[in-house]
Amino acid sequence: MTVKANNNYEQDMVGDGLHSLQKVIESHREEEKSVWKYILIGVCVLFLTVMLVIPLAVVIINALKDGWTAYKEAVVDRYTLKALQLTLVVTVLTVLVNTIFGVCASVLLSKFYFWGRQILAALIDIPFSVSPVIAGLLFILTFGNKGWMGGFLQQHNIKIVFAAPGIVLATMFVTFPFVFRELFPVMNAQGKDEEEAAALMRAGGFMIFRKITFPHIKWALLYGIILCTARAMGEFGAVSVVSGHLRGKTNTLPLHVEILYNEFHSTEAFAVSSILVILAVALLILRSFVEWKRK
Amino acid sequence: MEQEIVKVKNKKGVRVIPGFGLLMGVTLTMLSCLVLIPLASIFLSVGRLNAREFFEIVTSRQIVSGYMVSIFCALGAALINALFGMMLAWVLVRYDFPGKRLMDGLIELPFALPTAVAGISLTYLYSDQGWIGSFFDKLGVKIAYTRGGIVIAMVFVGIPFVVRAVQPVLEKLDRQYEEAAMMLGAGKCYTFFSVILPEVFPALLAGFGLAFARGIGEYGSVVFIAGNIPYKTQIAPLLIMSKLEQYKYADAAAIALVLLVFSFILMLVINSVQIYAQRFSKG
Repeated sequence: MTVKANNNYEQDMVGDGLHSLQKVIESHREEEKSVWKYILIGVCVLFLTVMLVIPLAVVIINALKDGWTAYKEAVVDRYTLKALQLTLVVTVLTVLVNTIFGVCASVLLSKFYFWGRQILAALIDIPFSVSPVIAGLLFILTFGNKGWMGGFLQQHNIKIVFAAPGIVLATMFVTFPFVFRELFPVMNAQGKDEEEAAALMRAGGFMIFRKITFPHIKWALLYGIILCTARAMGEFGAVSVVSGHLRGKTNTLPLHVEILYNEFHSTEAFAVSSILVILAVALLILRSFVEWKRK
Repeated sequence: MEQEIVKVKNKKGVRVIPGFGLLMGVTLTMLSCLVLIPLASIFLSVGRLNAREFFEIVTSRQIVSGYMVSIFCALGAALINALFGMMLAWVLVRYDFPGKRLMDGLIELPFALPTAVAGISLTYLYSDQGWIGSFFDKLGVKIAYTRGGIVIAMVFVGIPFVVRAVQPVLEKLDRQYEEAAMMLGAGKCYTFFSVILPEVFPALLAGFGLAFARGIGEYGSVVFIAGNIPYKTQIAPLLIMSKLEQYKYADAAAIALVLLVFSFILMLVINSVQIYAQRFSKG
């Protein structure tokens, strides 16, 4: 038996040596890979379950702990609805302003060449490395009653800090680079040949944007808007500094969650959180859809 | 991270595309109003303090311990994230398995989930009555209201940074080098550390840096689980918050300035290492 097997092997080596050698290596690799594969996948699934899935499940389970009626009561509470309303207004305004900025800045930085482009790009990225609490602090130092614009604002009876405008400004600061960061690489890779050709054919600036630039960036733009919405909706640190925590007036949903939690109304806090969880998951599904469309 | 900017100027330096002035105006105005002017006011406020007052505030025991807690917990969390982020990116790029798309979508959850919600959920989970906390409580390990809890919250917010930084680089990586290494008899580990890791390293570092910076500044998810015990689990952003509540605006600005300078230096160092590593790997 052994002799025969050996013979076979030798024949193989002589006949199609390279091929069989490759086969031996490949099958060996496949086998080893599958062991590693399952270990690694297992570790990753465990990690994600403990870190992400269980915390999400905790919110939903605790929200429904006292039954459906208690949940409904917490959600349709007057203050919750007011907070939801403010959160939506803040989010819409923030996304609108940051989208306009993101489009303008990325067209500017990718289609034109001028001195200081790198510096400008670096300046736009600043909010990424600023703590949200510091972002809120900046607006208190600017517009608060001890800030350098505070006196002027008080004279004209304009309230920014501890009022809705402050919340909007702080949220805008924190999410400022989001749309730009998504659009800029796409536009930069596109180059500017098509736009130049259109300009030479006497197309106007807006026409060029609508007909040439926009079709290339529409999915990236949508993607950026989704990210910006998600972040603006859930911003807590910055908003918590500038809001002053006035119930029914300057409370956004995340702040309302904090107040309920600190008052030991934990079921209500989780019920209000579940609204935010549902919104977040909806945005994630939308995001996956956009990514799939993009490809 | 570092985008190679395509030169967009024709030979004579004439701008053909219209709208330069308008776009420049809009961009600069918005940038100044929303970012640069507010950022300048921190310097104005700190400028009201003299040098001695500034150092007294910044080097007081409570503040220094706040910085230390923030920095070391964020460092620990960023290291954990670098390890698991690399693993997740590897699994998502190299393997096919059912539920892969779900896993890919799930990674982004910490971006989308409001930090306050994550904070109360993690606190509940890791406190002595929570599902995971009660298990560790029996072993005599407390997680919530200790530095361990802070690290866990920072790991939560930092996961997507590393995965999203490494994933595209790993996708583009040419597999023939590792195949060559294997053919030449290198083991799995050796191939990973001497062939794959050097290629991925700049991206991994970028992700690590972003996760680190995010951890240092993180407030919403940490503040609930930290318990805010003085000298033990008070993070720097919380100290800024408490100074504000006492209307000590200049003190808060001083603490914030040190933290800002630290994050800027961190980003600068990481960017330079990244550029250096990219040049090195290109040869």
